[in-house]
Amino acid sequence: MLIKRPADILPSEITPEAVYRDRRRFIQGAAALAALTALPAGAALPPHKKGLYSTSEPPNSFKEITTYNNFYEFGTDKADPAANAHRLQTRPWTVSIEGACRKPKVWDIDALIRAFPLEERIYRLRCVEGWSMVIPWLGFPLADLLKQVEPTGNAKYVEFVSLHDPKQMPGQRRAILDWPYLEGLRLDEALHPLTLLVVGLYGQELPNQNGAPIRLVVPWKYGFKSAKSIVRIRLVEGQPVSSWMKAAPREYGFYSNVNPEVDHPRWSQAKERRIGEFLKRPTLMFNGYGEQVAHLYAGMDLRRHF
Amino acid sequence: MAWYRNPKPWLFLLCLYPLARLFYLAATDGLGVNPIEFITRSLGTWTLTGLLLTLAITPVRKLTGYTGLVRYRRLLGLFAFFYGVLHLLSYLWLDQFFDWAAIVKDLWQRPFITFGMAALLLLLPLALTSTQAAMRRLGRNWQRVHWLIYPAAIAGVLHYGWLVKKDLTQPLIYGGILTVLLGLRVFAFYQKTKAG
Repeated sequence: MLIKRPADILPSEITPEAVYRDRRRFIQGAAALAALTALPAGAALPPHKKGLYSTSEPPNSFKEITTYNNFYEFGTDKADPAANAHRLQTRPWTVSIEGACRKPKVWDIDALIRAFPLEERIYRLRCVEGWSMVIPWLGFPLADLLKQVEPTGNAKYVEFVSLHDPKQMPGQRRAILDWPYLEGLRLDEALHPLTLLVVGLYGQELPNQNGAPIRLVVPWKYGFKSAKSIVRIRLVEGQPVSSWMKAAPREYGFYSNVNPEVDHPRWSQAKERRIGEFLKRPTLMFNGYGEQVAHLYAGMDLRRHF
Repeated sequence: MAWYRNPKPWLFLLCLYPLARLFYLAATDGLGVNPIEFITRSLGTWTLTGLLLTLAITPVRKLTGYTGLVRYRRLLGLFAFFYGVLHLLSYLWLDQFFDWAAIVKDLWQRPFITFGMAALLLLLPLALTSTQAAMRRLGRNWQRVHWLIYPAAIAGVLHYGWLVKKDLTQPLIYGGILTVLLGLRVFAFYQKTKAG
């Protein structure tokens, strides 16, 4: 297995956050040491490569990322997921890739994690509520998986279905949203190289409250588009109706691209508070990923397609 | 026992608990990773709690026949106003950092901000006329001025409900208690008019 389960990791083996934050220098130092002592190259490196598109902004701390979560399956308070997500059993776990494709496949999660080379991507995350973080994810492009199942011409959209099990997910005992949690992307959005299937965080296996064992990360859209604890990925012809669209169609559209010019009906989206900072900062169009993704929406009225 | 004969200073200290708690949590790294949100929300819900406690005095008096509680109503009402002002300050200062353009836009475009601001404005004359002198000067009209607490409390609960993304449980609890407290008054009013 490429990333270790937490139970297998001795506390002494976990990279301290300070070292992690300083990893570039650390790795340079380690590389110099390796060259000096003629150790086999790469042996000490983590089993993933540095991905493209990573921001150089300082990442939020592990504590910040894992104690302030919106994951309504475990409760609506930001602290609920960290308190309740230990009930989630992430093994055994399968992810079914199905629908309009020639080679549908049901993946065992461990096989899936081994099948594609993992990359670290340090992405900005902007929540629709007006806060943001910088998070070092570990995953692989969704496109790698989708290309493998060979989507047919009918595949226009991709639908993501999260686990529905009120026994493990106490938040699902109340009809806060229409469970299971559903999300969707247009096929070209899903195939975009920025779109990631994530299985790790800070070089470790993804904590349950962050959407273990596998979640989507679409950094130019509001956080709720990035479905967590995914069990099914369906290629479909019609535009999926996401859980949030069903809950409040006036407030949450299919696209939900980060857009400082289109306010949420009840609050402004012009600024955001980066967790850990005092002053709000201006929100960037497409969360700062416009150079990569703006062309996907050329000619579209983003006020109408919010 | 002396404290029992005059519990007002103790009640005063008790009313400082929500503020003391915030200071304690701030000093012990207990405000979570989004402390500004925590502080603003906490001050807001304590404002509502204070308003509901103030509004509970009269129904409790009528239901139990115990008149002693009325002595504490002004203290509770003023504390509700105090926390409301701190709540507003935390929004203006911590949350918006006096970005007046954004604040004015919020005020016009966000119903939840409009209602919150309206609630506090409605409470202002109540705080200003809370002295014995004002009571004497206003006479019968004092009561009428202080009926403003009803629309203020309703606006306050709507302010909360409008802000929540999806889970309305908390605002509905405040709204439910407010409905009971106002309903008892409506009931009493009809009893009186029927009797009269």
